[in-house]
Amino acid sequence: MGDTVTAHVDDHHGHHEQDFWSTYVFSTDHKMIGFQYLFTGLFMAAVGGFMAYVFRMQLAFPGESVPGFGLVTPGDYNALITNHGTIMIFWVAMPMLIAAFGNFLIPLMIGCDDMVFPRLNRLSYQIFLISTILLLAGFFVPGGAFGGAWTTYPPLAARGEYNLTPLGAPIWLLAVALEIVAFLLGGINFVTTVMNSRAPGMKMMDIPIVIWMIIIAVVLFMFSVGPLVAGAVMLLFDQVLGTSFFIPSGGGDPVLFQHLFWFFGHPEVYVILLPEMGIVAEIITVFSRKKLFGYKLIVYTTFMVGILSMIVWAHHQFIAGIDPRMASVFSFTTILISIPIAVTFFAYIATLYGGSIEFKLPMLWAIGMIAEFLVGGVTGIYLGASGLDIYFHENTFVVAHFHYTMFPIVILGGFAGMYYWYPKMFGRMMNETLGKIHFWGTIIPFNFIFMPLFSLGIGGQHRRIYNYLNFPDLASPEFQNLRVLATTATVIMLLFQIPFVINWFRSMKSGEEAGNNPWKANTLEWVAPSPPPHGNFPDGLPTVYRGPYEYSVPGRDEDYWPQNAPN
Amino acid sequence: MWEFPVSAASFSGEVDYLFNLITSLVGFWFILAEIVLFYLVFRFRKKEGVKALYITGETKKQLAWIFVPLALVVMCDIWIDLATVKVWNNIKLNLPAEDEKVRAIGQQWSWIFIHEGPDGKLNTADDISTVNELHVNVNKVVHFELESKDVLHGFSVPVFRLKQDVIPGRIITGWFKPTLTGEFDIQCTKMCGIGHGLMGARIFIHTPADYDQWMAKASKNPGNEVATVAMNQTNSNIGEVKWVTP
Repeated sequence: MGDTVTAHVDDHHGHHEQDFWSTYVFSTDHKMIGFQYLFTGLFMAAVGGFMAYVFRMQLAFPGESVPGFGLVTPGDYNALITNHGTIMIFWVAMPMLIAAFGNFLIPLMIGCDDMVFPRLNRLSYQIFLISTILLLAGFFVPGGAFGGAWTTYPPLAARGEYNLTPLGAPIWLLAVALEIVAFLLGGINFVTTVMNSRAPGMKMMDIPIVIWMIIIAVVLFMFSVGPLVAGAVMLLFDQVLGTSFFIPSGGGDPVLFQHLFWFFGHPEVYVILLPEMGIVAEIITVFSRKKLFGYKLIVYTTFMVGILSMIVWAHHQFIAGIDPRMASVFSFTTILISIPIAVTFFAYIATLYGGSIEFKLPMLWAIGMIAEFLVGGVTGIYLGASGLDIYFHENTFVVAHFHYTMFPIVILGGFAGMYYWYPKMFGRMMNETLGKIHFWGTIIPFNFIFMPLFSLGIGGQHRRIYNYLNFPDLASPEFQNLRVLATTATVIMLLFQIPFVINWFRSMKSGEEAGNNPWKANTLEWVAPSPPPHGNFPDGLPTVYRGPYEYSVPGRDEDYWPQNAPN
Repeated sequence: MWEFPVSAASFSGEVDYLFNLITSLVGFWFILAEIVLFYLVFRFRKKEGVKALYITGETKKQLAWIFVPLALVVMCDIWIDLATVKVWNNIKLNLPAEDEKVRAIGQQWSWIFIHEGPDGKLNTADDISTVNELHVNVNKVVHFELESKDVLHGFSVPVFRLKQDVIPGRIITGWFKPTLTGEFDIQCTKMCGIGHGLMGARIFIHTPADYDQWMAKASKNPGNEVATVAMNQTNSNIGEVKWVTP
């Protein structure tokens, strides 16, 4: 193995002269593929954010023309909420947290020169790009984009005469299916690389927690995605070939699709959560100069999260017509999963104890993530309790709950990771002041978007409604004011992303030089030059002597001890 | 703000109780966790010359910091589980003897309600069929049968804290017992297509005298024929799908 790795490094070094196309477009370099995923994800985040702006405007000022979009018809509204959800999960969370960070970090953090299957990696992004174009193309076909909610329940999704988007629906489904293929290819690559290409001396329990979390997430994804793919293919047959897998009048069962969907759909939440928990762990250890509290415990409980997450899916279906006795079983497993998640969060909080905490930008985002995610975590208990879910199912309380989980995970955690690894990615530091404006301008409005949604949900407001003024009990001025508040906060939060864009591009040129290890961190990516060249470690691949979190070790002058520093 | 709508069914108070129970249990843990988080973050800010502690978090004594609170969390979990199963079973498994029966049929994008006529039986010629209006008696146990003509719908009455998905090809039975007279929203809570946002209906909860008055008027109303056509369509639809689902 060692020989082939060395040969591979030499091979890279022999190809310094590369033209534009092979450097940026058809690159097999894991870092470039990571950037491709990152930039596609950020672009799609802007698209998804714009959609949120349009439908929030419609809710606050129903029937009025939305600046930059125009009048919102009920069909537009449904297409916007459907694609907002789809994009944010499959085209922002997945590419950014798994594909972008996974691709960029795995070879660097385990100390090798590239992924095991670089061409498979390139294929993965190319398929992902095609799926992206396909999804957006759905908006430009006759009938418009699919609007049957991101859960795509049949019979609505299965028949053009029901959803009135006979082209949009199959295009949407095909795009999602292709996206899943892309992540399967990438996932195989991730697992193989981590299992086979670790630097000499790196034992399983020396792997940085973020890499563990990405790998567990990817394995979880691969275990759970099969039923979804089967369901998607059957649904596609129902749509285009007229079969009746999910149509009762033809002998099918619509609830079966819900099982297939949520058997994947719930683990998917953890597929997104875990990499981000890993990012936060890296950041809080570095910026509190502390060893991660209970590293092994966290690894084991993460396995437990993965296993438990596969037996909770029917809590999305308590009132969907499943046997009512099943609800108690799934209510129990759902509340059980709070145990390993609580362990991890307790461990993170315990890590802060006795630290020397410095509020650099990444730390700000990471602590913000923990503080906000707690809201999402505890409100999940309300929904996991079957008796209360009767009221809250399909209610905006659910919307507020999962945005309080997803937003801290994807946006706060994603920014934490981007601010943390930016110096490694581009060799320069980001501006602290602009970063702080961005942080407070994001996190404060965020609470003003979704706290009103909790309140409205408790008041009985249901989801996915084009105009609440059609419902006399929901049309009170008090409720409408809350909707306006949420919309205003959305607009403010979106505007506060501008400092980030400026900071991101300006710092590439004029940021302070970062050097190899600006944060004085232990993990191997900080051994490589910033930005790392093709092949990552020009001075030879590192050898690992210890675990990744040896900070403030007694008896040493330095408060960090890189993994590759000889004893 | 932060208030439930009025409580208008016999079991809605139980749901509200469950909400308050969970709020007090998780609220306590939530506030405690946030306080500890912010306390640590400010207490252990970087000071010149002070080095961070070296704690592995792998000794038994240190792990107690995790497992003791965890044990308490698990106890709260079990408490919530037991409470929720009780409420769930009362609403969804229990079926008290019926006083009256209605059929609710969801379609893109309205509700058809079929009430027992003066003879007190469903599926007879004097059934009263209405669109987007459900009339019931206060303090009577009402059984409902949910059917759909096309796609999934959701039958939701927020003031009852009641919700049930409606599935084509199946008849789903449930119950409620209104405890308050008045007029309230019925929502469709499953995305059912372009008109989903318009698919609302109203429930009218009457005193017995008012109910009789409404029934007398509705049975005479010639406009009822339109609804009868809808009902016949529905019946044929049921005939068509009944053999599908055992």
